[in-house]
Parts: sequence; structure tokens; C-alpha cells
Amino acid sequence: MIYREAGQFKTTYASDQQLFPILQDRVFVIGFLVFAFGVMPFIGTEYLFRAILVPFLILSLAALGLNILVGYCGQVSLGTGGFMAIGAYAAYNLAVRVPDLNLIVIFLLAGACSTVVGALFGIPSLRIKGFYLAVATLAAQFFIDWMFARIKWFTHDSPSGNVSAPPLQVFGFPIESPEAKYLFVLAFVCVFALVARNLARGAIGRAWMATRDMDVAAEVIGIRPMAAKLSAFAVSSFFVGVAGALWAFVYLGSWEPLAFDVNRSFQLLFMIIIGGLGSILGSFLGAAFIVVLPLVLNQVPGWLGVHMSTATVSHVEAMVFGALIVFFLIVEPRGLARLWAIGKEKLRLWPFPH
Amino acid sequence: MNAATSRNLTIAFFVLLTFGALAPMAFGSARFPQWLEVVIGGLMSGVLYALVAIGLVLIFKASGVFNFAQGAMVLFAALTLVRVMEKLPFALALVVTLAAMVALAWLVERLVLRPLVNQEPIVLFMATLGVAYFIDGFGQLVWGSDIYTLDIGMPKEPKILLEGTFEGGILVSTEDVIAAVMAGLLVAVLALFFQKTGTGRALRAVADDHQAAQSIGIPLNRIWVIVWSVAGLVALVSGVIWGSKLGVQFSLQLIALKALPVVILGGFTSMPGAIIGGLIIGLGEKVSEVYLGPYLGGGIENWFAYVLALIFLLFRPEGLFGERHIDRV
Repeated sequence: MIYREAGQFKTTYASDQQLFPILQDRVFVIGFLVFAFGVMPFIGTEYLFRAILVPFLILSLAALGLNILVGYCGQVSLGTGGFMAIGAYAAYNLAVRVPDLNLIVIFLLAGACSTVVGALFGIPSLRIKGFYLAVATLAAQFFIDWMFARIKWFTHDSPSGNVSAPPLQVFGFPIESPEAKYLFVLAFVCVFALVARNLARGAIGRAWMATRDMDVAAEVIGIRPMAAKLSAFAVSSFFVGVAGALWAFVYLGSWEPLAFDVNRSFQLLFMIIIGGLGSILGSFLGAAFIVVLPLVLNQVPGWLGVHMSTATVSHVEAMVFGALIVFFLIVEPRGLARLWAIGKEKLRLWPFPH
Repeated sequence: MNAATSRNLTIAFFVLLTFGALAPMAFGSARFPQWLEVVIGGLMSGVLYALVAIGLVLIFKASGVFNFAQGAMVLFAALTLVRVMEKLPFALALVVTLAAMVALAWLVERLVLRPLVNQEPIVLFMATLGVAYFIDGFGQLVWGSDIYTLDIGMPKEPKILLEGTFEGGILVSTEDVIAAVMAGLLVAVLALFFQKTGTGRALRAVADDHQAAQSIGIPLNRIWVIVWSVAGLVALVSGVIWGSKLGVQFSLQLIALKALPVVILGGFTSMPGAIIGGLIIGLGEKVSEVYLGPYLGGGIENWFAYVLALIFLLFRPEGLFGERHIDRV
């Protein structure tokens, strides 16, 4: 009833191929964007921006990038943290070595650096498949970690690779207040989500999905596996690199290679699995879940009035986190996005039986 | 690339590796005994990597699950053993810990594997990551997160061998030798178990073909419990050895990350592969760290094994002894 598309006739190709063919989706998305851009900056608290929204948005951008690679093209990667580090340190070097470069240009160039490295580490995917590839991508992760910790040129000779971002400003506007940071990141994420959605439903996205479903069959019907796999690695690394630069500059401010270690890679993989593989929406839902969960778990003992030491809290947190992951995988292995799709199906009929 | 080229490249790889190991000696950058020490040290730590890798291979073969929780199991086993040893003698503590590992295996099968049967491998992998978090949290919650020393009476002082042949002799850590012997014993016991017992035969049948095994009446669920218990036993042995070497602490679970390049180099489905892969990785890591490290700024141990395995996989995508994989449309 609420979600009924009866009567929405598509009379042109353009209307059939538009981004959201169903009116309710369009209204919802536009309403959501208006809220996010127009209302949120005025009603949000500093804590909300700093601790939840900004990390959520940046990590969902990274998850989006990883989802292109894992969800759409089926190449499991555990090197995401490393590619984020490439983006972060490339942006740092550009900002420090090339004065007066526009911040947006810096971020895009940082993404480009990550693209190159990502495509390079994607080359083994042409020969190696499945978990062999997953472990091989760990080579990228550990090599990049080491590179930024040891090679002094990348970090301007700072000890242990610890660097700080310069003051942020775009076209003369400083990005210092939580609201400004939020809007800046939000704009990036919106544009990239649009790009990802369009890539995924175009020819290149279909090539990725065919490769994911069965690479040999895809090759037989004329999809070039090399182009498909390497483009997935490249696009994914670009997204992840930009996310890394944003994470370092906007969220952290000063950072060391440890911020992008292998745990970050696992965290991002959790996001897309819990959110839903091969789904744009899933990347956002998964990121929201993983960002909010620890914050909630941290609060629970306080609400229950139980006093625990910090160590105990962190151990219980790890236990609950692990158990919840397993629980979610059992309940819905195809992720939160699938739950959302089921909900939409139900709403189409509700309140009628059929 | 056909089989012959692939084999030749494998041989070439080994030749290169041998040269890599021998080069420092030929160029005179090191004295021979010192080089021998490095090689022996590398092989010894390779044995220990192989132990963790065997745990991974066991579970992967029998249930197709890439068990990331192996490292967490090592830590859990070592922690349990250390804390129980405070109350009970060593032998009893060992039994109690083993019982704990079997209980853990049973719980994992009941609560994680059974509900997730027939899911994508990546989903199962993620589930084991969840299990790893849970075990980490649980183990440290119950047993505390301090660093414990595990003393099972291994002699600490190094031995000097071949004093007559070389000036100064070769320094070999007794601990490492005992650890290697223990590891060898474990592998022998496992091999006997797999080859000579009915359960072992059932395990091999499941590893070969799940459906065929089930159709002739092998209970998959029980097999999974057994396999996870055996992996728990392997984790316990690795935990004892690593724990007495480094102390029982949180970082112990990171050795799982060291075992990953070993399994991909040896092949996910092969126990001999895990052992030989472990030796290659251990050797390559030590030799590169000692002779190549100073030129690259040190600390290359962390990624060298991975890059070595990666380059190797380019020539043999299924590892040294992994099952050849034929894709059909």
C-alpha cells in the first residue's frame, strides 16, 4: 500500500533507466538528502558530528569502495587499510610539498595515487583466486604499513611516521567546526555514492558482476577478465584512497601508520558483509552498524548501573561484538540491505494479504 | 602456462631461494657459522609457523572453513593452561585445557558452523573472525590480560655445537630444538591418526568430498567437532611452545597472521605443504631480515613472507601442494 508502484508507467527510455525508477524511492532519497544537508547541521550536537556522523560517513565511503571490489567483482581484499594509508600519506605529501593546492584536488590526487598502487596489487588477481587472493592482498597491507613507518621521505622525516594535517580550507572557507567537517564529508560521500551507483549499473558494473558470478563463464561470453578485475581494483582503491585522505585530514587530524593497520581492513570487511555484499545501501548500513555498535556497547554497563573496569569493558565489548557478528551472519547472511529489501516487499502489500 | 613450465618455474624458484640463502656466504658478507646459525634459527621458527598452519589446514580440509580464529585459539589454550597450572600440576592442567578446547570445538560446531551450513566461504570466514573476537574477549575476561610466563621446564641456555669444526662453534637455542622435536612428534601422531584409525579415514573422506562422505554414512557434524578438537590440540601445542618462548600475552594471537603466508605457499589443502611452506617462510624471513634488512631499514620480517608467498603464487596459483583447480563453465 505505502510502497505501491502500480500506476507509475514508464513511457520513455529515460524514465525507465533513471536512478530511482520508483516514485517513493525518489521522494525518500530527496527528502533524506534535504534533511542531511539542510536540517542536520542545525540540530546536531558536536558529539554527534565528531564521534558518529563524520567517522560513519568516511568509513561508509571506504566500505563503498571495498564493496565495489568484493561485492560487485568478487575479489576478496584484506589490504583496504593499506590503500587508505596510501590515500592519507599521499594527501599529506601533496599538502606539504605543493603549497596552495586546492583541498579537493589534493584528495582526488591522493585517490589517484591509491588507484595506481591498488591496480598494481590487483595484478595477482589475474592468476590467484579466492582465499589465496585474500591472503595475498595482506602482502599489500603489511608492505604499506612498513613503508610508511620506515621510509622517511613519505613522512617528512617524522619519527614513527606520525604526521599532522595542515589547517583545512576550501575556496577560502575554513573547515574547522564540526558542522563544516560534516558537510564537507557529506558532499564527498554523496558524489561518490552517485558515481558508484552509476558505475555499478552500467556496462562496467555488469562486467564486474559477471566476473564475480563466474569468471570463466564471463570470459567465454566476451568479458575481458583483466580489464574487469583491474578496473575493479582501480576504482575501489580510488574510493578507499579518498576515504583514507578524509579519515586522516578531517577525522584524525594527526595520525601514524597504525591508524590504517590490518584491523581497519577487517573492520571494513565486516561492514560490507554485515551491510550486504554488492549493495550501495548495504555499505552505509554496515558502516553505521559498526560505528555505532561500540559506542552503544560502551554505554550499556552505565545504563545497567554495573561498574566494570576499563579492561573488563573492552573484553566484554569484544565478546559481544564477535557474538553479534556471528548472530547477524546466521540470521541474514546477505546483510542488512537484504532485510531492507524484504521490508520493502512487505510494505508493497501491507496491510492487504496479497 | 602448462604443467611443465609451472614445474620448471617452481624449480627455478627453489634455486633462487637457495641462492638467496647461500649468497651472503658466497659474497663473504658473513662468516659461515653465523650464516648457519641464521639458517637453523629460521628453520626452527619455520617449524613453529608450520604448527599453526597445520591447524588452519586441518579445518579447511574438513569443513572448507578458512579459520581465522586459529590464532585466538592458540592464545586461549595457552592462557587456560597457564592459569590452570597455578592450581594443578602440569599433566592435569594439560588434560583440563584439552577438555576446554574440545568444549570450544563443540560449541563452535553447534552455534556457528551448523546454522551456517551451505553458506558462501566468505561468510564462514567472517564468522570465524567473529569467533576470534569472542574467544579473545572471553579468554582475557576469564583468565586476565596480563603477561604470564609459561614454564614447563624447558632448558633456556643455548648449546654450542660443532666447536671442533668452526672457531667459536654454532649457537643453537635448546628451546627451539625441543620445540621442533615436539612439533615433529605432533605431526607424526597426526599422520598416524589420519592413516591408521577409522576416525582418521572418515576425516580424510570428508576432506575429499563432503557429499560422498555423507552419503556413505559419515556423520558430518561429529566429524567437524573432531576436526575442531584436533585443531584445538594443535593450538594447545603451539600455545605451549610459543607461550614458553615469548610469554603468554595478547600478541600471541598475531602469529596466526604469520601462518597465513605459510598456508597459501604450501597450499590450503595439504599438510606436508604446511610443513614445507613453514620451513621456507621461516628460513626466508630470517635470512632476509639478517642480510637484507639492514639495507632496507629493518623490520621487513612483517611483509617479506607475504611478498615471498605472493611471488610464488604467481607461478603456482594453488600453492606447492594444493589441489589443482579446474574451472568448468
